[in-house]
Amino acid sequence: MSIILSDINKNFGKFAALHHVNLEIPEGELVALLGPSGCGKTTLLRIIAGLETPDQGRVVVNGEDMTDRHVSRRGIGFVFQHYALFRHMTVFDNIAFGLRVKPRNERPSEADIAKKVHALLELVQLDWLAERFPDQLSGGQRQRIALARALAVEPCVLLLDEPFGALDASVRKDLRHWLRNLHQELHVTSIFVTHDQEEAMEVASQVVVFNQGQIEQQGAPAEIYENPANAFVSKFIGQTNVLHLEHNDVDWLKSAGITLDEPKGIVAHVRPHNINIQKAEENTGSPITLKDWQHLGSIIRIELFNPQLNGSGSTLFAEMPNERFKQLQLNRGDRVSVHIAHAHWFN
Amino acid sequence: MHVATHPVGDTQGKANPQALRDPVWVRWGLTGIAILFIVLFLCVPLGLVLFQALVKGWQAYFNALVQPDAVAALKLTLLVAVVTVPLNTVFGVAAAWAITRFEFRGKSLLTTLIDLPFSVSPVISGLIFVLMFGAQGWFGSWLSANNIKIIFAAPGIILATLFITFPFVARELIPLMQEMGCEEEEAALSLGASGWETFFKITLPNIKWALLYGVLLCNARAMGEFGAVSVVSGHIRGLTNTLPLHVEVSYNDYDAVGAFASASILAGLAVVTLVLKSLLEWKQSRERLAY
Repeated sequence: MSIILSDINKNFGKFAALHHVNLEIPEGELVALLGPSGCGKTTLLRIIAGLETPDQGRVVVNGEDMTDRHVSRRGIGFVFQHYALFRHMTVFDNIAFGLRVKPRNERPSEADIAKKVHALLELVQLDWLAERFPDQLSGGQRQRIALARALAVEPCVLLLDEPFGALDASVRKDLRHWLRNLHQELHVTSIFVTHDQEEAMEVASQVVVFNQGQIEQQGAPAEIYENPANAFVSKFIGQTNVLHLEHNDVDWLKSAGITLDEPKGIVAHVRPHNINIQKAEENTGSPITLKDWQHLGSIIRIELFNPQLNGSGSTLFAEMPNERFKQLQLNRGDRVSVHIAHAHWFN
Repeated sequence: MHVATHPVGDTQGKANPQALRDPVWVRWGLTGIAILFIVLFLCVPLGLVLFQALVKGWQAYFNALVQPDAVAALKLTLLVAVVTVPLNTVFGVAAAWAITRFEFRGKSLLTTLIDLPFSVSPVISGLIFVLMFGAQGWFGSWLSANNIKIIFAAPGIILATLFITFPFVARELIPLMQEMGCEEEEAALSLGASGWETFFKITLPNIKWALLYGVLLCNARAMGEFGAVSVVSGHIRGLTNTLPLHVEVSYNDYDAVGAFASASILAGLAVVTLVLKSLLEWKQSRERLAY
């Protein structure tokens, strides 16, 4: 079920939450709506669900205009950040709810409902919890039940609002992986909202970056990372060093101890892993020193200080694999020379 | 979050760490004052009512209660309760739903208006209706032309009691529903439930203890209201006296046993209300611990 959003505008009082948003989501994709707090991504998700109405614009799902249709008639499944499980019902009844409220002529028999619920519980690997109540479950379990509940009515679109936001870090990692696998098994068009760019990059097949009510870029994670459309996307996704250059001049950079392939602007965004470090030769007099380094497991993050850059000096972050760092045998306070392999230029 | 619900009282003992505890004399002193207050202003008067009712023996007590005026007063009180409590329950639920689930202009005005009966003197509450429906009132001439009696008749008493007891249910539900949020209801809607299905299957079970609590308070006030009812009733014996008014009328007639006998019924109602109230509070706290 493809989704097309055309010219969506939404205001809350004077605050423009969404501004002329146009978005097309192809069928069967797992799409992340990514952005900082307050950028409008949750509002857009709720508009797709029908929990909010846009001030302007249309929502078209699989060719059908859903803009004026009530949330209960849209055939969507919604998973909330805080699970929203029905606290007075058992896990079984929670999942069966959607099936039990179907109109009489569509409603399956209790036996069929039981079969379906147990199949879903097995899908989320929680069949042993069927008779428990939500308050007896852990956060990760609750979220999986919430997902099973949303899937029970076989929605054409699955919408998830920061589904892992309320969970511990390790549970979050497990569930991200699990959700990706589930999507590959079921192929339901899914859209999830997150402010965690690592999560978006890890889970989604398409990432849509939002900022202040507008879409900055849409594309596969690799595309967004390698070719950010503007400075915001470049800074928001992954780590970046921002270099404001005073002269468009390779020589100047050389004296600052930085070798750089042909500059194309005045602001360079450089990814830490694109900064190559060597121990400085004695005669070059490079001003860059290795200030500190942090061991992050497979990667070492290195803090470099350049007293000449940007006036009073600035810090650069570089990353290199663990093994290479050991080979170089660098110490705090060493002078180093730096080669920038690739930069994105923005004005 | 990983463990099954704790039984009530499990966390209470551990709630007050050593550092925050007041010295013994403060704790006993404050508790003592509270108990003294309760004994002086609640237990002693209640006990006195019962004593005075039975001072002339069980037979006199019983006779006082089966007297026609007393029976009529009891019936009228019950009628008022049976009409006003369900109506105010419906109004209260509707108001709480509107206030906590919708955004509309005048919302804060509505919330303020709900508290109005609490801030207005009961006598004034009664007077409002006399000024509207009394013989010299706004609708007075129209009503007498159509032979409809409101003031000095049961309908007036019911209206005054409706006004007085309106806030109870709404005030219990509004903070609870605001705290609960509407996510469960949104989830139900997204799964295909209609508005009414969502209300009966999701909202109502979640608010049931608070709702019962509000209904209980509403009932207690509906049966025991004096001021407003006194103004609109006209004190016509056997016709427009509720039980509280009957107590006043009997006492003014120097029928002490009659007065205290009727009062003992009201006192009994108070005790039953308190017991049910404690039960509901206990139930509510059990549920809250479970989240």
